[in-house]
Amino acid sequence: MSESLTCDVVVVGAGVVGAATALYTARAGLDTVVVDRGPVAGGTTGAGEGNLLVSDKEPGPELELALLSARLWAALAREGLGEAVEYEAKGGVVVAGTDRALAGLEKLAAEQRAAGVEAAPVPPDRLTDLEPYLTPGLAGGMHYPQDAQVMPALAAAHLLRASKAGVLTGREVTEVLRGPDGAVRGVRTGRGDLYAPAVVNAAGTWGGEVAARAGVSLPVLPRRGFVLVTEPLPPRIRHKVYAADYVADVASDSAALQTSPVVEGTPAGPVLIGASRERVGFDRSLSLPAVRALAAGATGLFPFLAGVRAMRTYAGFRPYLPDHLPAIGPDPRVPGLFHACGHEGAGIGLATGTGRLIAQALTGHTPDLDLGPFRPDRFTRFTEEAV
Amino acid sequence: MRTDLAVIGAGPAGLAAALAASARGVRVTLLDAATQPGGQFYRQPGAGLGAARPEALHHGWRTWERLRDGLAASAVRVLTDHHVWCVERTPDGFTVHALLGPEQEEPVEVHARAVLLATGGYEQVLPFPGWTLPGVVSAGGAQAMLKGGLVVPGRRAVVAGTGPLLLPVATGLAAAGVEVAALVESTAPLRLARQAPALAGKLAEGVGHAAGLLRHRVPVLTRHTVVRAHGEDRLTGVTVAALDADGHVRPGTERHLPCDTLAAGHGMLPHTDLAESLGCRLDGLAVDVDTEQRTDVPGVWAAGEATGIGGAALSLAEGHIAGCSATAHLHGTARGPAPAALKARTALRRSAAALDSAYALPAYWSEQLTDDTVVCRCEEVTAGSVREALDLGAGDERTVKLLTRAGMGWCQGRMCSTAVAGLAGCAPTPAKRPFARPVPLGVLARHHPQEGLS
Repeated sequence: MSESLTCDVVVVGAGVVGAATALYTARAGLDTVVVDRGPVAGGTTGAGEGNLLVSDKEPGPELELALLSARLWAALAREGLGEAVEYEAKGGVVVAGTDRALAGLEKLAAEQRAAGVEAAPVPPDRLTDLEPYLTPGLAGGMHYPQDAQVMPALAAAHLLRASKAGVLTGREVTEVLRGPDGAVRGVRTGRGDLYAPAVVNAAGTWGGEVAARAGVSLPVLPRRGFVLVTEPLPPRIRHKVYAADYVADVASDSAALQTSPVVEGTPAGPVLIGASRERVGFDRSLSLPAVRALAAGATGLFPFLAGVRAMRTYAGFRPYLPDHLPAIGPDPRVPGLFHACGHEGAGIGLATGTGRLIAQALTGHTPDLDLGPFRPDRFTRFTEEAV
Repeated sequence: MRTDLAVIGAGPAGLAAALAASARGVRVTLLDAATQPGGQFYRQPGAGLGAARPEALHHGWRTWERLRDGLAASAVRVLTDHHVWCVERTPDGFTVHALLGPEQEEPVEVHARAVLLATGGYEQVLPFPGWTLPGVVSAGGAQAMLKGGLVVPGRRAVVAGTGPLLLPVATGLAAAGVEVAALVESTAPLRLARQAPALAGKLAEGVGHAAGLLRHRVPVLTRHTVVRAHGEDRLTGVTVAALDADGHVRPGTERHLPCDTLAAGHGMLPHTDLAESLGCRLDGLAVDVDTEQRTDVPGVWAAGEATGIGGAALSLAEGHIAGCSATAHLHGTARGPAPAALKARTALRRSAAALDSAYALPAYWSEQLTDDTVVCRCEEVTAGSVREALDLGAGDERTVKLLTRAGMGWCQGRMCSTAVAGLAGCAPTPAKRPFARPVPLGVLARHHPQEGLS
């Protein structure tokens, strides 16, 4: 059955970024429809750990977006969504194994503090006050009270519900429709056209494909990560705990496998262990070297985990852009086309700020942050002809 | 330790495969999680129980004796108590990763040039209100208690669900002295009759069970289902009702049957975890194989229930054919499979398909699930939570799982997958379980586990 719908804005992608975008556009008074070829949270959102981190970001536009997003997540939690999305303002603890790593961590923390991040040094003998099961002999650490956590799939589903936007799942956008002037006028799906003067590309790792269907290039590529999930445990790990090398891995450009342990408990009981990073395309098959490295890292931080069983492991594909910053805002190459994708491994955390910025841009308000660094056309060396 | 062919699973398929390959000169290592070979079908009483006549509970006892004696006389290395959690492809073959039982903490690696997956199947039990009460067991569980422990699960039992397993369970319980209040089968007798030509080979077995039911005066209720199990602390009875032609419960047909045991079963599903993480193509929920039982991954064979539920005789035939094909691959050339095995496979696959279509699940079984019925027992997810997730935008099993945790617990969805799919109104999809069983992080973290005993 084919049908046509008309609305103010079509959001492509029912992951957490699409859901947050729908929430803020709908709240801004725009009639919003979300369309996805799969189900809600079917892509990278469903494979995420739900990190809302400020601690792992160096000062700059991404950290500003993370701080904005953290405030918005906290506000949503206060509105009553907190329990439904399993929001936990648990804080992060970054530990350093060596004096050298600690010096690097302290330098980063000083810069982050200047940008508005709360970061409290933790001497080695006080680390077990925060995390009783940490391995002894660490050089020291940093406590980041603003780090938080949500359950990503629940977050996407409940933000969508709260938005009251129309949600069309199981519908692939095959083409972004454009008028004679080149401006967006909707999308074509396998089951009918949706007409709208604005389209938001929130397709995550597949954002490059959606951009191509609008006739523009956006170099979003997958960076695979495995997560290990343990058997359910009584609460023993209170914060998000990770090693100081993690920040370097996140910012790295290497295609090779990198792992640095990020360990956290969940309200449901299992401990989640991330985060490997490798650029291997969309290969979902199990990589034992990757999960072995994760296990080694996690048991190195928390020795008791050696006797805890991993129940499962799964891969997800972080959408990354060459400069590790997302694409957020209007695409000057196609009037009416907006992008909200390429958040790499931070999409859950950055979703709220992204949604808010898109809503502001769509309604002609001055965005809370300068969109310049996130310009979707920043990778285009040469002017592309409008198609 | 090194071997030419690692056979995983020592049930009928694995035993037949190991013996065929070993007889043709292949160095075979046979791994199984149980303490002795035989699998579920040839499950043996524990040695300490001193069973005088274990064969009384078994069909095909002579076949088992032949396999058992053949194995003892063969050069097959048998590794029992080996719980395989992953098979890894390596540059020169495969590494089978196992944990030594029963603690499953000590890792063992077997390096093999080829792998034969005879991982069998597992029982499916659909939920219904009250199914978590003590006293409700799976049909296969009841049978395992009889075969392996020589204990009877209760004094008055109802056997219910659908599938060919219910008959031997009912007669087995009755023979062991349990009063069987009813055998409740949701399939209509007519459906079985329609498949009679294809079931010719199974007729003798069926007649035997039917005679057993008569002898023990077991009432048979076809096109009936259990709508609820009753009891406070444990089972005291069940309500059964008739189904109409479409599969809905016929109002007004409910009746109460007092019992202290309910053995429920709804057919079997193939174990495909190891195949799936090796990258083998699946056909529906079973491993896809060619005429030689080869998967589409070079060096990997599959046989028995893992390639589709078909019973022990079919598993034996497939195992034999697979073992011969693996030998030919490893040695370049080898004596082919026994023609009788090829013939048996053709006939038995036909009857398996017929049984499969005869014993289809009742179409509207999920209607009987009240919102407070637990669907996923590991994570205690109710039918109501699953319905809530559907309302939140989940349209498939995976999204329901993400939104409710159904299928994320100890059994990793093996028990609840069909039920969740049924509630979501979609066909069950094969789950991805990279770890076929839970593995300690300390084992994973050990990059160079010690070599197993040789």
